[in-house]
Amino acid sequence: MTMWQIVIAASIACVAMKMAGYLVPPRVLQNPAVSRIAELLTVALLAALIGVQTFAHGQEVVLDARVPAVIVAAGLLALRAPFIVVVIAAALVAAGIRALL
Amino acid sequence: MTTAQAEALDERAARAVVVREAWAVGIATAAYGISFGALAVAAGLDVWQACFLSLVMFTGGSQYALVGVLASGGVAAGPTAIASAALLGSRNAIYGMRMASVLGGRWWTRLAAAWGTIDESTAVALAQPTAHLRRVGFWVTAAVIFVGWNLTTLIGALIGDALGDPRVYGLDAAAAAAFLALLWPRLKRVQASAVAVAAALVATMLTPVLMPGLPVLVAALVAVIVGAFNWLGREERA
Repeated sequence: MTMWQIVIAASIACVAMKMAGYLVPPRVLQNPAVSRIAELLTVALLAALIGVQTFAHGQEVVLDARVPAVIVAAGLLALRAPFIVVVIAAALVAAGIRALL
Repeated sequence: MTTAQAEALDERAARAVVVREAWAVGIATAAYGISFGALAVAAGLDVWQACFLSLVMFTGGSQYALVGVLASGGVAAGPTAIASAALLGSRNAIYGMRMASVLGGRWWTRLAAAWGTIDESTAVALAQPTAHLRRVGFWVTAAVIFVGWNLTTLIGALIGDALGDPRVYGLDAAAAAAFLALLWPRLKRVQASAVAVAAALVATMLTPVLMPGLPVLVAALVAVIVGAFNWLGREERA
């Protein structure tokens, strides 16, 4: 696949998801298992992406400057810091450690 | 003052509060389009592809997921990158079901509503007490984020393009922090926290054995299994 094909296919898939919500009969949502799985799916995917983004280097699992950066991010989130502060702080921690080592 | 006038005044005051709330959420959210634009370019997309995603896909979590998988697996990981983005976007279908009754109308209204259905517009809308205020909250939030998010994506992509190696600036850690910030408000219940820990472990442990992108999809099964059996969930009686 080319990058454009990936970008367009993924965009169509996501727009289709949004449309589906307005076309599906509201009854489906009343099924507790469906709404529970949908909410947990978001949680699982985000958590999995955090794991991979923090520890994966290609197909290797490594401990590097990203780990303390994510710990700092978690601390800031616990202190209710805004999104952009959390993201910038994590970048600064990782960049700082890499510059020093 | 008559009762009708008092009510009209209350209505206008309530409307102003909703509009202010929508702007605050909208601007805060749009600001991190800069990090998305920079990360997208770092993952190998060009400026136009980054902008296309913000314009058409327009759902932050899926956009980050797509470029996250492409950053580690390259174009070869395309199918898993698409699947990750689509699965993460499935929550927008649930939001749409909730919003459909509030935002009903002609097909083009529904089309625009679907396009603007994201975490923030739904959250601001559903926090309002009346159907009218819900509509105001939804449309103002969606419009502010749409314009802001596309502008900041372009700026981020142009900056990212000029920067070079993203690791020097800690952009890889910034992406992990962005996912964490998106996850954080969803961890209020034991069940969600347990799923998060298990999914992160599964994805990390499978990284050396599966091709890039797949560990994330396999970890999603944790949610399906825990959700279907409602393990660690609250007691629900029929």
